[in-house]
Amino acid sequence: MTSAPATETHRDTIVSVRDLEVRFPTLDRRATVKAVDGVNFDVRRGETFGIIGESGSGKTTIGRALVFLQRPTAGAILHNGIDPQSLPRARFQSHRRDYQIIFQDPNAALNPRMSIIASVLEPLELARAGTREERIARAREAMDRVGLPQEICERYPHQLSGGQKQRVLIARALTLRPKLIVCDEVVAALDMSIRGDVLNLFAELQRDLGLTYVFITHDLSVVSHISDRVAVMYLGRFVELGPTEQVSGRPMHPYTQALLSAEPLPLPSTMRSDKRIILEGEIPSPINPPSGCRFRTRCRYAQNLCAEKTPEWRELAADHWVACHFADRPNFSPNDVTAHQERTTT
Amino acid sequence: MMQAATLAQSKPATAASSQPLMSVRGLGIRFKTAQGVWQATRKIDFDIAPGERVGIVGESGCGKTITGLSILRLLPNNLAGIDGSIMLGETDLASCSTRSMRAIRGKRVAMIFQEPMSALDPVFTVGHQIAEALLIHTQISKDEAREKTIDMLRRVGIASPERRIDDYPHQLSGGMRQRVMIAAALICGPQLLIADEPTTALDVTVQAQILELLRDLSVTSQTALMLITHDLGVVAETCTRMITMYAGEVIEDAPTDAALVRPLHPYTSGLLQSLPHLSPRRGKLSSIPGRVPSITEMPNGCRFKARCAFAAPGCDAEQELRDAGHGRKVRCWRFKDLDLPGALQHAASSPAAEMVVQR
Ligand SMILES: Nc1ncnc2c1ncn2[C@@H]1O[C@H](COP(=O)(O)OP(=O)(O)OP(=O)(O)O)[C@@H](O)[C@H]1O
Ligand SMILES: Nc1ncnc2c1ncn2[C@@H]1O[C@H](COP(=O)(O)OP(=O)(O)OP(=O)(O)O)[C@@H](O)[C@H]1O
Ligand code: SF4
Ligand code: SF4
Ligand SMILES: [Mg+2]
Ligand SMILES: [Mg+2]
Repeated sequence: MTSAPATETHRDTIVSVRDLEVRFPTLDRRATVKAVDGVNFDVRRGETFGIIGESGSGKTTIGRALVFLQRPTAGAILHNGIDPQSLPRARFQSHRRDYQIIFQDPNAALNPRMSIIASVLEPLELARAGTREERIARAREAMDRVGLPQEICERYPHQLSGGQKQRVLIARALTLRPKLIVCDEVVAALDMSIRGDVLNLFAELQRDLGLTYVFITHDLSVVSHISDRVAVMYLGRFVELGPTEQVSGRPMHPYTQALLSAEPLPLPSTMRSDKRIILEGEIPSPINPPSGCRFRTRCRYAQNLCAEKTPEWRELAADHWVACHFADRPNFSPNDVTAHQERTTT
Repeated sequence: MMQAATLAQSKPATAASSQPLMSVRGLGIRFKTAQGVWQATRKIDFDIAPGERVGIVGESGCGKTITGLSILRLLPNNLAGIDGSIMLGETDLASCSTRSMRAIRGKRVAMIFQEPMSALDPVFTVGHQIAEALLIHTQISKDEAREKTIDMLRRVGIASPERRIDDYPHQLSGGMRQRVMIAAALICGPQLLIADEPTTALDVTVQAQILELLRDLSVTSQTALMLITHDLGVVAETCTRMITMYAGEVIEDAPTDAALVRPLHPYTSGLLQSLPHLSPRRGKLSSIPGRVPSITEMPNGCRFKARCAFAAPGCDAEQELRDAGHGRKVRCWRFKDLDLPGALQHAASSPAAEMVVQR
């Protein structure tokens, strides 16, 4: 297990995640799922930290752990160097309000029998923040902030569009004036023509309120648009982490390379390249993951070493971390033509 | 496996050169609801040539699935009526007898769906489910059917098909189930395969495998593909022609490259502009203001006018799908006056450009 700290603690670190592990018993309780298995990263104040990865790779589990909805099996999540769970109960409760999460499905997240204003008010009521009047004022302010007209206050979720419902959830998270918001697939359920609106809103709120985001998605175009840095997850581990331009422009891990190349691009054929990496197979089960490098069963560069030894988490370029034994070898890039030819002929 | 990304670029089967395989005219679907009869789709016109790959795109609720289902007459029980015609050769699928429909379904036209698990029966082996259509539609022995099934499983990229044929659906991964569905759909060698969001439930790396497979099979077996999706990227990589729907109508029909580079309808252009792939990183994304009108409050005239930046008094008139030349059609009377941006406008500074470079 690699336990070197992910990054030296940055001056503006808001959260440090160290050797985070989360395990779940399987339904029949006979085995454990290693949902998150030794993840290290820091989130910096005011940034958007993207996490990308395929279904079941552990993104939501990390997001839930960041806001204390999921207890780590091992490792730590530190805020300004301290573990908030070690604080006295009352202080912990007020501390955790600074860390909010917004989930994917606005329909599932809103109570259909509660009016919009009641939903937005709910977190404030639970936190017993201020007087009733102050709470209402804050709820209205949050709704205003996200561009919802006051006249929808008394409406119910089914009377709103998808984009409006997602705005209600954002307003709800904003009422407690958090420092960090985990956004878990927040635009996945929205139609394409209104996604832009909601993403613009996130960017605007960040600018105005100094928010920090952890932005979880499986959509590459969204993550590369909105994030400052992006982490790529595969089967419970980070395989690559770096500035978005670096990771999407010069990916170093073979999985990142394949993921980028698999993204269907809405471009005319003349602008698309026919060099693409088609991975074989699917993600193995997190109950019994491959030894050594977890990507080795689908990696076209895999060697014996990859099965024997877990690749270390190494900083191979400034601020750019990769877990692959061979990522620093010359000729190890998606433009490596020989590798493509091998694939073409098999 | 073969590299097939280039196949999307191969010459589209030009509708002019050959008789269309299927010709849809004035198709409309009405439903009975508690609030009266709903016109879910209307005035849908399009052709599919033999072996052609056509993408049907549009946002949730615009009528893509209903259109696909109407071709096989698999519509929900509260159907109030079908208008127009769906000509497959000499047969009008919109009005033919249930018996002729049964002979066509699965044999000449097959369909696959987003959720392979709900379409597969958990109590039968995958082999049984694939061979079923073969035993219904052809006079072959069980042994021959089994052999053909193994062959088909191999063609859709399932390793050790001799063993997999006796597996039950729950023993397969999501990607493998979708391959099984494709095998079942193609076993009788249909002329048209309708695929409704076949990769939406799959991961991108598996999606790439399935799209490659669909492209490959459509080329090698000359099966026409009608691919329903909300993902313009999927259409760009798979289809030669793109049909865009909005609020129950076809609003644009063009060769994929042409539609992406120079869309003629303001809605198609707006959709392309709103894609994050094509916007400068961290810049403001554009979006189309407003929302799709609901079925009960459809405006007269152009259905897009409340959201259209180019709306003019003439847009209150009923809009027909006009011939725009070069194999293109558009439902907007102003198309000649508008010079609308497409996918190339910002592409150079966008994340998509980087992805292209790094490939
Ligand atoms: N409460 C739980 N009990 C048991 N297993 C769980 C639980 N929550 C998550 N898992 C398992 O942990 C793994 C990681 O799940 P997680 O939801 O974090 O993935 P994800 O990356 O968010 O996937 P998706 O993109 O599908 O949302 C999966 O294998 C999942 O089945
Ligand atoms: N059984 C039904 N009764 C009444 N209306 C229906 C019925 N089925 C579908 N509709 C309506 O018909 C319209 C078209 O639905 P359809 O399922 O074809 O949309 P779609 O384009 O496939 O959307 P999505 O992308 O969400 O799958 C929608 O407005 C829908 O609400
Ligand atoms: S460590 Fe080996 S198997 Fe893993 S990504 Fe690198 S080359 Fe591939
Ligand atoms: S007909 Fe008018 S409102 Fe409709 S798309 Fe054309 S310009 Fe816009
Ligand atoms: Mg998740
Ligand atoms: Mg549909």
